[in-house]
Amino acid sequence: MLSAILVMAGLAIVIGAALGFAAVKFRVEGDPLVDKIDAILPQTQCGQCGFPGCKPYATAIAGGEADINQCPPGGEEGIRKLADLLGREFKPLNAENGVEKPKSVAVIDENTCIGCTLCIQACPVDAIAGAAKQMHTVIDPLCTGCELCLAPCPVDCITMEPVGETVDTWKWHYPVIPIRTAA
Amino acid sequence: MLRKLFKFNGGVKPATHKADSTRDPIKSVPLPAQLVVPLHQHVGGTPHPLVAAGDKVLKGQRIGAADGNVSSAVHAPTSGHVVAVEPRVMAHTSGLSTLSVVIEPDGEDRWIDCEPVPLRAMGADEIRDTLRDAGVVGLGGAVFPSHLKLKPAKGGTDTLVINGAECEPFITCDDLLMRERADQIVRGAEIMQQLLQARRVLIGIEDNKPEAVAAMQQAVSARGADTMEVVAIPTRYPAGGAKQLIRVLTGIEVPHGHRSTDYGVQCFNTGTAYAIADVVDRGRPLVSRIVTVAGNVERPGNYEVLFGTPMDHVAALAGVKPGTDRFIMGGPMMGFRMPAYDVPVVKATNCILVGSPELFPAPAPEIACIRCGECARVCPADLQPFELYWHSRAKNFGKAQEYHLFDCIECGCCAYVCPSHIPLVDYYRFSKSEIWARERQKNAADVARDRFEFRNERIEREKREKAEKLAAKTAAGRAALSTTAMDTVAASAPAPASEGAEDAKKALIAAAMARAKAQREAAAPQNTDALTPDQQAQVAEADARRAAISPAEGDAAPTEQSVR
Repeated sequence: MLSAILVMAGLAIVIGAALGFAAVKFRVEGDPLVDKIDAILPQTQCGQCGFPGCKPYATAIAGGEADINQCPPGGEEGIRKLADLLGREFKPLNAENGVEKPKSVAVIDENTCIGCTLCIQACPVDAIAGAAKQMHTVIDPLCTGCELCLAPCPVDCITMEPVGETVDTWKWHYPVIPIRTAA
Repeated sequence: MLRKLFKFNGGVKPATHKADSTRDPIKSVPLPAQLVVPLHQHVGGTPHPLVAAGDKVLKGQRIGAADGNVSSAVHAPTSGHVVAVEPRVMAHTSGLSTLSVVIEPDGEDRWIDCEPVPLRAMGADEIRDTLRDAGVVGLGGAVFPSHLKLKPAKGGTDTLVINGAECEPFITCDDLLMRERADQIVRGAEIMQQLLQARRVLIGIEDNKPEAVAAMQQAVSARGADTMEVVAIPTRYPAGGAKQLIRVLTGIEVPHGHRSTDYGVQCFNTGTAYAIADVVDRGRPLVSRIVTVAGNVERPGNYEVLFGTPMDHVAALAGVKPGTDRFIMGGPMMGFRMPAYDVPVVKATNCILVGSPELFPAPAPEIACIRCGECARVCPADLQPFELYWHSRAKNFGKAQEYHLFDCIECGCCAYVCPSHIPLVDYYRFSKSEIWARERQKNAADVARDRFEFRNERIEREKREKAEKLAAKTAAGRAALSTTAMDTVAASAPAPASEGAEDAKKALIAAAMARAKAQREAAAPQNTDALTPDQQAQVAEADARRAAISPAEGDAAPTEQSVR
């Protein structure tokens, strides 16, 4: 009896120590789930979800504080991917957060710009170049189309222009199966 | 000498339709009314225009400069003046526009001063730059900038393969070029061999072109090039695919994810060899190419066409028959349907195939895959086309990539033999472009994430630095003041040590207030200071008046109104 208890207790101590050691030694930095969710989000950093950026939204989803249908730039496809990852049901985009729009970039009307730098401060990805009392311009390959620069502009000189299709971004269509015409 | 040849797996033998267009020699094309030269005609960066509307250009003048190293230049195909530099519909299935230089010929067709390239006096890098600026790209159809391929491989280049196989039905431009201008092709191959320091050169030509084989053999022996050999290979589509031709000639099978250069083999088209000789020996940049016009035309043939010539202008010379419903750029197996008849001939245009419903009937409706495996048997890339098809159809792109979708050369053999008439290549093209789009999206998201994180870090850092600076400044100021304050306090009233700190603080406040007062006085001089006695009297008078009026101020406004 006593030996059995001793054996069990000894085992418990040894295994506990091993687990404790493993927990310290193989500790995972950061939350892997948050990173996985963050990888799906479009990184526009637009804040339409109600969180200050994609990472905070990812953290909120992982923590169960936010739903998966609050990201308009990610659109339906993004929601589907999140639903797949988290094993939840797909649900349509929450209209309170906005609507899905085609990819656009901000364009500054350079005749109207007064060089106030407010848009530069608002841009989450530093995609606007300029200085005080100097004309500003958007570096379009870096612009995520978040629209955060629109509101601060005192002279309303920023517009969103949809990104057109070029030969480099053109996609082949899904082969359509023609329906046979009735004889 | 009989060389041992190898076989590649699969392949098909479609009817070649080549005889009709090889009867006549290469013909020239009269100048069209306008030439539309797209700047983007090759793989890599879009060249930036060097001319503007109104400029006069000479034939061979550079009108587009290479954008970085993975790019190539573009030249004016004839002399004339630039009408516009604007987006025009390009020779691409999408029907999208690209920046093009529109030139109105002056009819003189006057060349720039062409000077042969002094090969011996130049370094290899200089020669490559010259080829880039002469706009030489692969003329087999892939239009990859040639100067990038003319670097000796790390392990050294053993074999240079010149591709004259021309396996696709209808197309005969390389055949005619080899028959008529074999000497210059061989000269181009020699230059390439020299640049690559290749041990030997193998010129592979399908055995359905005996005239071309004979002409090339004669040219090789005439030049006395003993490391060069013309090899007739069995006719089987797609023997002209680079990896397939290398397999047939050398027996080397280039594995997935590798390039032929890893195995000491480099491959060029005959047309490219010809163009390189033109640049080096005559100093003429690439402004034209041989184009086959075939299909639904009365006189199929080959033409030397300036880039930018509208396709319908060339096709009209061959006599387009009625019933034509499309132009295809390339052959029936791999060609692309053009969005319009007047799109310009570009560097990739080896053939203008005039199509009609009789010649190329609409494919029968696609029916379900019956898993016969015929496609896998003919696939020259040793893939499993049916697996690729299922996964592409289901938009399961990850799986399609696992089955090496990107090793597919889109030769069309699988769709050619499919008994269910499935347009397999269309599915692969769809999948590939979807995967590329996703890749681009992911890269953009990664860049945005990095920049956002960096920005946050920067803002944090700036805040921290500012706070630290402020703290340091306050501390320094306080230290300096407290010593002086302590001195004054100590001098006026020697207080107990416990109250010392309290008193020091009070003294500090007093000192600060005194300083602020002094500053205020110094900073804001009043206009009532230093007045003359006259002005003083005036001020006093005004003050007195104001004092007298102020009780009656309430009535002042109505009075003014009544006056009005």
